Amino acid sequence: MMLEIRGLTKHFGGIRAVDGVDLLLGEGELVGLIGPNGSGKTTVFNLVTGIYRPDAGSIALEGENLVGIPPHRINRLGIARTFQNSRLFRKLTVMDNVRIAHHSHLKYGPLAALCRTNRFYNGEKELHEKVDNYLSIFMLQNRKYEIAGNLSYGDQRRLEIARALASEPRVLLLDEPAAGMNPYEVGRLMEFILLIRERFQLSILLIEHQMRLVMGICERLAVMDFGLVIARGIPAEIRENRKVIEAYLGEEVPFE
Amino acid sequence: MRLLRNLVKAVAAYALLAGSISLMAGAGFVNPYWVQILELACIVAISAQGLNLIYGYAGLFSLGHAAFYGIGAYTAAYLMKTYGGQSQAFFLAALLAGGGASATVAYLIGLPTLRLTSDYLGIATLGFGIIMKVIFDNADSFLPALGGARGMTGIAKMTTIPWVVFFLLASLFVVRNTIHSSYGRAVLSVREDEIAAETMGIDTFQYKMVGFVTGCAFAGVAGGLYAHLYAFLHPSNFDFFKSIDILVIVVIGGLGNMSGTLVASFGWIFLLEGLRVVLPPGYVELRWVLIPVLLIVTMLLRPQGIFGAHEFPFLRGKGTR
Repeated sequence: MMLEIRGLTKHFGGIRAVDGVDLLLGEGELVGLIGPNGSGKTTVFNLVTGIYRPDAGSIALEGENLVGIPPHRINRLGIARTFQNSRLFRKLTVMDNVRIAHHSHLKYGPLAALCRTNRFYNGEKELHEKVDNYLSIFMLQNRKYEIAGNLSYGDQRRLEIARALASEPRVLLLDEPAAGMNPYEVGRLMEFILLIRERFQLSILLIEHQMRLVMGICERLAVMDFGLVIARGIPAEIRENRKVIEAYLGEEVPFE
Repeated sequence: MRLLRNLVKAVAAYALLAGSISLMAGAGFVNPYWVQILELACIVAISAQGLNLIYGYAGLFSLGHAAFYGIGAYTAAYLMKTYGGQSQAFFLAALLAGGGASATVAYLIGLPTLRLTSDYLGIATLGFGIIMKVIFDNADSFLPALGGARGMTGIAKMTTIPWVVFFLLASLFVVRNTIHSSYGRAVLSVREDEIAAETMGIDTFQYKMVGFVTGCAFAGVAGGLYAHLYAFLHPSNFDFFKSIDILVIVVIGGLGNMSGTLVASFGWIFLLEGLRVVLPPGYVELRWVLIPVLLIVTMLLRPQGIFGAHEFPFLRGKGTR
């Protein structure tokens, strides 16, 4: 198992935001995590990436425990994420956003930077090429000297994925990547997600509201409601699942 | 080879700058009073460059910069007075020791406080500054040589143009070369969005610490130079208002802008002294009214600082774009 989550629990005061959640993500798999607003999906991401510490349960990346490890080390172990309301470094350039994410793979030390040795210049050049590579996948290479906050909304969302990839993860957590996109952009995004999974051999966990996206590309789905996983299965099964329909649309009331 | 070439360039720049100013002073083109003001301006610029690193680049709101300036000043002055005599080599060691002392204290203060965010960090460093002022005031009770509230006298006048120019260039060199590198960008990411930086593999606490400790070390070295400029130290030189002076310089210069901080430091000192000459006697204290007015005007007209995002060519990061 790439990512193995067992009995994950997190309370905020009296609220059980995440309550005994089990989730498995196999190698190369693309799993969708869906559910109504406030059902605990993003909290799961925050627990996996170490922003919150779980009250109970275990999280393991290829068998290695992640609970209690600071977020930057979890990233270096191979998990990267995007955020629901994008958290770019808005005042920095597009290129800097991506370069910063690659920092933990840097080829020169602080002393080389201070003394401006050849090692430094070569390292910077190599970094630049890598950034170009990531940006060209997302068709942002012409924007690299622009300030990230000035990009269009769709470009910002794609930049966030590019930045996450630059940290060279094995597991990618995407938190509502299609939020606010028009149908055409969603279609392109779907292609992108499939492309990067192939190209970087990623396992992807995806939070999404747009059913077309999740139903279209996810192999398996897990549905959350009030902190619990209420259903799991392939998209076709989930579509017919009574509990899921109730969670989204409310209970059926006999018409009189 | 590149290393050698850079070294030659740095030495040449230093020799040219320090040499020409010393020569002008020696030949009597500049009177000794203004040479001293120029030295003070360089010292303030070193300290301001330190706060620029802390607040401008790392985004850590510190209101205790003068305390670190004072720690460096008293440490260097004490060492020099007790052991150094007039030795130039020992002066260098004393200055570095002053910087080291500030850095050590900064590290210890940083351990608990750098986990705080902006405003709270400001309050914590403000408190630290006040504590240090009280310690300076009562320093004679544990080390009589420090003089306490009566001030410290008998410090050798060691600070010269070559010394201040050397440390000013060194501070610019350090800030430029780290900021325009992946390490500097990591520091910037902490300022921009700490959570995003963490999840991208940046050890934010470590980079905050490095920025804070380095910036305070600059203040410490500057303090040591200051102590040996006027040969007299008084706790009131290191109180809260002195922290604010440096903060104002950094804000006017533009947060995270080396050129602006440099120009604002010189502007600040020369304006203060220039007004002393220009204003009629008896109205000299009006300086402290004019400067806040200038600050307000600057903030209204150029909130991003006098230089905005521009840097002098020699402060740009070559080969990093």
